Amino acid sequence: MRARGLVLPLASHAVLATGAVVMLAPFLWMLLTSIRPPAEVFGTVFRLWPDNFWGAENYWHALTVGRLPRTMLNGAIVCAGILVVQLLVCIPAAYALAKLEFGFNRLLFGLVLVGLCIPIQVPALPLYIALAEAKLLDTYFALMAPFFLSVFGIFLFRQFFRGYPSEIIQAARLDGMREFEIVWRIVLPSARPAIAAFSVFSVVAHWNDLYWPLIVVTSGDLATPPLGILAFRDTETGGNYGALMAGAAIVTAPMVLAFLAARRTFLRGITMTGLK
Amino acid sequence: MSAVVPAAARSAGRRAPQSRLEAVAGTAFALPAAILILAVLIVPLMVLAVLSFTDYRLGAVGMKAVGLDNYAALFADGVFRRSLTNTFLYVAIVLPVSVFGALFIAILVQARARTRSFYEVVYFLPVTSTLVAMATVWQFMLHPALGPVGTLSVDLGFGRVDLLNDPDLALLALAAIGVWQVIGFNMVLFMAGLSVIPRDLYEAAALDRAGGAVDRFLTVTWPMLGPTTMFVTITSSITAFKVFDTVVVLTRGGPLGSTETLLYVLYLEGFQYFRIGYAAAMTMVLLAFLVALSVLQAFALDRKVHYQ
Repeated sequence: MRARGLVLPLASHAVLATGAVVMLAPFLWMLLTSIRPPAEVFGTVFRLWPDNFWGAENYWHALTVGRLPRTMLNGAIVCAGILVVQLLVCIPAAYALAKLEFGFNRLLFGLVLVGLCIPIQVPALPLYIALAEAKLLDTYFALMAPFFLSVFGIFLFRQFFRGYPSEIIQAARLDGMREFEIVWRIVLPSARPAIAAFSVFSVVAHWNDLYWPLIVVTSGDLATPPLGILAFRDTETGGNYGALMAGAAIVTAPMVLAFLAARRTFLRGITMTGLK
Repeated sequence: MSAVVPAAARSAGRRAPQSRLEAVAGTAFALPAAILILAVLIVPLMVLAVLSFTDYRLGAVGMKAVGLDNYAALFADGVFRRSLTNTFLYVAIVLPVSVFGALFIAILVQARARTRSFYEVVYFLPVTSTLVAMATVWQFMLHPALGPVGTLSVDLGFGRVDLLNDPDLALLALAAIGVWQVIGFNMVLFMAGLSVIPRDLYEAAALDRAGGAVDRFLTVTWPMLGPTTMFVTITSSITAFKVFDTVVVLTRGGPLGSTETLLYVLYLEGFQYFRIGYAAAMTMVLLAFLVALSVLQAFALDRKVHYQ
């Protein structure tokens, strides 16, 4: 009995630790290579820690040749633009769906439910044609427009607002508050956790997205971080792996660091899809 | 339930103005969303359906209706059929490993006291990282001469393997990366499911019989996790079904078409060759699969409600 009490936790730790090594291996390899000089990347003798520290050269190369700062600025602009419009559109609509009676309440909610199962790849063709006809391809607008509406955001906030006590809203109405004030001053502050979680969900999705930017962006000036990494890799055909890994580290860093800093909000935000 | 108090409050002769105010405010609040949902979702869907019956190409002057020709050509197209096979194969590998692997890890992590949040962070890290960037890292890791996986395979006596350039192994390599990326996501969902299982169920099970770990799992954990498992399974199939980023970064469909997946072929047809009508038909097929999976998901959620 005692032996079993000891063996099980040990076995459990062994399994978890082995898995953890596999999960972390790419991150470690990325960081270790990013400070390695080319001679050691291609060297025949394998050393985990580099003999010569080459981090400054590699990161400088990635930042200047790879134009990664520009792509990250683009990523930030696109993510912020999308998020702001999403919140401005979603929150009032979700409040209306949850708490107000109006003509097309049912119909709109039905469309939201339909929209939940349609990813960007489905309307991509017509949206692309429309943007091409309007000569809007290769603009920030093209990068953002399909995501201005988040049916998932509407769904999420509607669920949240439904749980908000109607008595308080009614009391505010009797006090003479208008609906807009009720949303802005009473309901919205209570929705902060939901807003934080949704923001994480939205920003992570659009920072990392490849499909849509790959379609609408052709000029390097508008490249988002994933496109920047792709372009950087393709220019480094000589195999400057140190700099490439430095680039990968730079692009991944914002999301990973934000995750480490706000772990709870991240876990809630990204797995929200599972908890609806 | 929520209507009771307001109705009472309104009965003081305020019913008519209040309901009119609500209708006006509701319409105003919902209008931007309604317009956008039409513009980016409903109208494009209708246009897509129409396009799938035409021979439209981007830049062409005119187009004509071709009936079901696109669909017929689609199912006669070797590339499309191969992409379907590859996609299903990919899902068939990623799904069981990422669901059961995540369940196993979730149970182990849940039982840890001090190291729990450490493992949670470690396993979740790939979910937040930028997949395109991490795929370039994987490409380097899997490099036959320079990467650690190549070195490891030589040390273990498998010889030099070039996973990404081997037609028999490339899809497997992509699937392994797919599992690496999604398993932490599934783990967190399972941990949420595990945390709401009432403790007294385990105590009751312990009274009933000897109560080994396997017994506990089979009599309590597995049945109670049913809805979560169903949900994780469907979400993971949708994610796996949409595999794209790793194909673009690592194989571009090769070698010998062994990693051509549905979305990658769709991307090529629509946005590289600009055969819009044909690509629209392909998108309709994709949509059919996604709707089928979503209907399953709705059933799963429905069951979840009944369980609780």
